[in-house]
Amino acid sequence: MQDFADSFLLAIGLILSGDAELWAIVLLSLRVSLTAVLVAAVIGMPLGALLAVGRFPGKQTIIVLVNALMGLPPVVVGLMVYLMLSNSGPLGVLQLLYTPTAMIIAQVVLVTPIIAALTRQVIEGLDAEYAEQLRSLGISRLDSVPTLLWDGRYALMTALLAGFGRAIAEVGAVIIVGGNINHVTRVMTTTIALETSKGNLALALALGAILILIAVAVNASVSLLGTTARQSAYA
Amino acid sequence: MHDSTTFRDVADGVGIPTEDLDRPLLPLVAENLAYSVDDRALVDIRSLTLRDGGPTVILGPNGAGKSLLLRLLHGLIEPTKGEVLFGGRPADETIRRRQAMVFQRPVLLRRSVAANVDYALKAHGVARSERRERILDLLAMGGLTDKARQPARTLSGGEQQRLALVRALATEPDVLFLDEPTASLYPGAIKAFEALVRDADRAGTKVVMVTQDIGQARRLADEVIFMYRGKIVEKSAAATFFDAPASDAARQFVAGDLLI
Repeated sequence: MQDFADSFLLAIGLILSGDAELWAIVLLSLRVSLTAVLVAAVIGMPLGALLAVGRFPGKQTIIVLVNALMGLPPVVVGLMVYLMLSNSGPLGVLQLLYTPTAMIIAQVVLVTPIIAALTRQVIEGLDAEYAEQLRSLGISRLDSVPTLLWDGRYALMTALLAGFGRAIAEVGAVIIVGGNINHVTRVMTTTIALETSKGNLALALALGAILILIAVAVNASVSLLGTTARQSAYA
Repeated sequence: MHDSTTFRDVADGVGIPTEDLDRPLLPLVAENLAYSVDDRALVDIRSLTLRDGGPTVILGPNGAGKSLLLRLLHGLIEPTKGEVLFGGRPADETIRRRQAMVFQRPVLLRRSVAANVDYALKAHGVARSERRERILDLLAMGGLTDKARQPARTLSGGEQQRLALVRALATEPDVLFLDEPTASLYPGAIKAFEALVRDADRAGTKVVMVTQDIGQARRLADEVIFMYRGKIVEKSAAATFFDAPASDAARQFVAGDLLI
């Protein structure tokens, strides 16, 4: 118990003193996950919108598939990306294994289905309301996509935050493809896993506290967005 | 000097020949127009001609097929049978863009009042330099000038429907379809809305309006189409219709009886 209390004090000390190693890990985590969410948004939002407004054979199958991919086990994604990027894999020539880029790729695979599925739900609802009016204004189905994405912006920002929450908290995939290399690919979650097993609870606790703070901030943002949207009747 | 197929400003419609833009949209003619679901005809029109002139009001009880007919004419739904001709031609994108519609429940974008009007102007290829002035004019017309920056969906019901109407008029339509636009408004808001409809009519827009409100039909209609069970039972000048309706159903409706 004494150990735990000491570790806790040490953790607070680490955070408050601006410990270089701690903040380097936090910044790398943010860089990897924010980049992953950005890339996933660029792929997932148009994909989700097309699934909502498009009419093509196999649409229902793709929707079921995307929904199923939302629950992908991170370790399996890590394994697949590892196989693709390893020296004997099809993308081995790029030499990306054990780099932050590999971690970004793994998180993109994890987050894209979440953003695509949530976008589809949002856009489908909005389209049901807007379709006749946009048609009346002479806008084609395909041209209505940017309008629907913009008018669904508040709900879509919530989808992005959900994706970010998944990415930043994820450990299984990034530890496989990143390798948890000190100063190179060590992020908050992998550091917590490693330091806990080594008995170095202070750093693990400090990072855990920061992760929880980020989770709270994400949820506060979702709530704030919701309130703002409702006040302007943009929800 | 000019070739017969000249083109307006690039911003004023994408590659649409001006002769198409100038050809009259009316008369609007529908022959043997039907819309069926599971072999049940919800709309079944033998022949309908709408000519240039004062407002045509489509009257009839609930479920008569009035709104469906309006959607068929505007091209929002495809008929099961028949087609609608505008000035002798089937509707294409150019012809559709010369019509506008206001729905019973206004569909306003999740943007400001001004941005809603801007959207319609932009959709119709009005150049950015012209849009600002047009927005100001249109908002003034709708009595919405001081609400320009307000989120559109926070307006009152009457204001929302006026915005939907000026947004429809922003595209300077030849034909304006109105689908029970005042059904859920209070009398003051209905009066303001009807004044705008009259202005549009005076400006030369052909108004085709669906309503269940006989009083409104009396106030606005130049011509009345009476629908019952998917069919046009009567089509006559407003005065004739209200003074001497020819069919039993219309007589009961005008007398205020409940038609089922």
